[in-house]
Amino acid sequence: MALAIPQRVPWYMAPLRLLRAIFQVRQFPGVAMAILVFLLVIPGLFAEWIAPHDPIKGSLAARLKPPMWAPGGSTTYPLGTDKVGRDILSRIIYGARVSLRVSLEAIIVSGFIGTTLGLMAGYFGGRIDGFIMRMVDISLGLPIILVALVFVSVPAFGPSLTTLVTVISVLLWARYARQIRGETLSIKERDFIARARVAGASHFRIMFRYLLPNVVNTLIVLATLQVGFVIIFESSLSFLGAGIPRPTPAWGLMVADGRELIVTAWWISMFPGLAIMLTVLSFNLVRDWLRDHLDPKLKNV
Amino acid sequence: MQRYITIRFLQSLLALFVMSMIVFSLARMTGDPLDVLLPMEAGEGERERVAKHWGLDRPLYEQYFVFLGKALRGDFGNSWKWQGHTAMGLVLERMPATLQLAGFALVISVVLALPFGVLTAVWRDTLFDSVGKIFAILGQSLPGFWLGIVLMWIFAVMLGWLPTSGRGGIRYMILPAVCLGWFQVATTMRLIRSSMLDVLDSEFVKLTRIKGIPEWKVVWKHCLRNAAITPLTYFAISAGALIIGSVIIESVFAWPGTGLLAVDAVRARDFQVVQAIVIVFAAVFILANLLVDILYAYIDPRIRYQ
Repeated sequence: MALAIPQRVPWYMAPLRLLRAIFQVRQFPGVAMAILVFLLVIPGLFAEWIAPHDPIKGSLAARLKPPMWAPGGSTTYPLGTDKVGRDILSRIIYGARVSLRVSLEAIIVSGFIGTTLGLMAGYFGGRIDGFIMRMVDISLGLPIILVALVFVSVPAFGPSLTTLVTVISVLLWARYARQIRGETLSIKERDFIARARVAGASHFRIMFRYLLPNVVNTLIVLATLQVGFVIIFESSLSFLGAGIPRPTPAWGLMVADGRELIVTAWWISMFPGLAIMLTVLSFNLVRDWLRDHLDPKLKNV
Repeated sequence: MQRYITIRFLQSLLALFVMSMIVFSLARMTGDPLDVLLPMEAGEGERERVAKHWGLDRPLYEQYFVFLGKALRGDFGNSWKWQGHTAMGLVLERMPATLQLAGFALVISVVLALPFGVLTAVWRDTLFDSVGKIFAILGQSLPGFWLGIVLMWIFAVMLGWLPTSGRGGIRYMILPAVCLGWFQVATTMRLIRSSMLDVLDSEFVKLTRIKGIPEWKVVWKHCLRNAAITPLTYFAISAGALIIGSVIIESVFAWPGTGLLAVDAVRARDFQVVQAIVIVFAAVFILANLLVDILYAYIDPRIRYQ
């Protein structure tokens, strides 16, 4: 009788096995998806109903309360409060909305611009291609953070969500354009494009009805590739005081608020930073999975 | 080879030229410099006099060429916030601190990424490889500024081993350099791993093994040399990225380098200083890429003769 003999596993393997199960990219990244849903999507959409306290108005009586498991903490403020008595948990929940909005908007806008220009460059070739690709080279060669800092200090924009989305899109479109152009170059040589042309389809129609559906997989993978980058970038800029303006609850801003209080109140920076990390980590895992399944040739992007 | 270098050099100059134009127009959009220079209640005559003094009354393209001509001589004018300093002087004064930090971070990233990248490829699909993969994914997901604060909390506040911020001996440099290099280690390691895997699989490696060359020599000499080309470009790109990343890390650790200066200057709307920094950073960035391309052509002769 073949009994499964329990194998002796060294003690240190247990957490490693768990980590390995989580990081296993071949399987569907269920844990990562769950984290995204519970940390980003649900709080982002239903912040008003979930958050226990007001994210902007604090109570001065409850300043710098530690998280509930630390001595002096209470269940009223599960993750503690900041220096003006605002509940950290509520601010993280509202902060998810900012991250969600910025990344969605930036990726849609830059994806739209980048795809259109990439399709044009690949399809028309020649001078149009040369011009667009020079723009791409320049755009990719810009020191991103500095350009963003200069952009955000323009009074016509000022630090706001719209400015942030504009800046990120201006810098991100090039990544889409370069990839989409490369794909278009090979697809446009195929017979069905020539036949469509003979049948009298316009350039516009060929680009968006014939070429676009063939690059959709790449587009999806590219979009998920950027999400992690956008969230880190947004929080970095907010951290520098050049992103989301105060007192809007944004994760990067919250980390910045806690920097000077790191000696006395570590929780102010710690939890929003954890939220950023978990979100980006999950997106990266989902992205790896999507890439392996939808578009393996993007492995090196 | 010479022709190749010349062409690449001219391309780099063009990129820098475009960059200067972007910087100039962006900086001009940061607001009417007269509002910063003058008090609110200044009269028209006063405005005109100051505009004339700074050359702000001439057409924009003329202002640009004046700016470009001076920039070529390293003259970006005087700082408005730090009275009595030239913009370039401030940048040069702060530059050593940034270069020191970025250099240290680059050393850390090479020293860590190279052996770990090679070993994760040689021992693929082992526990070591999985740990390497976890480290790489974590490295790409951690925001640098938060990592900085966490490390500061652990090593400076709780353990008291290292100072929290400022500049001093090598102990002050460890935390910021690790934070700055962290992302590069994670990315470069994976890059080295994947190119090593390709090379380890190739025919000539089998031949070296058949010839009886010891395995360590096969891996570290024959394979690494061929696998190093891709990561090599990445190191230069990361040299640029490290300089840019210093803006964030320097503000976390109050490291008195150019990055911190950049943030302060943008907040104070000090055009001259912002222009100087962005141009200098862009020049470093573009120069690093140029150097890599030349190095690239030197290693791989096929590129030269194109």
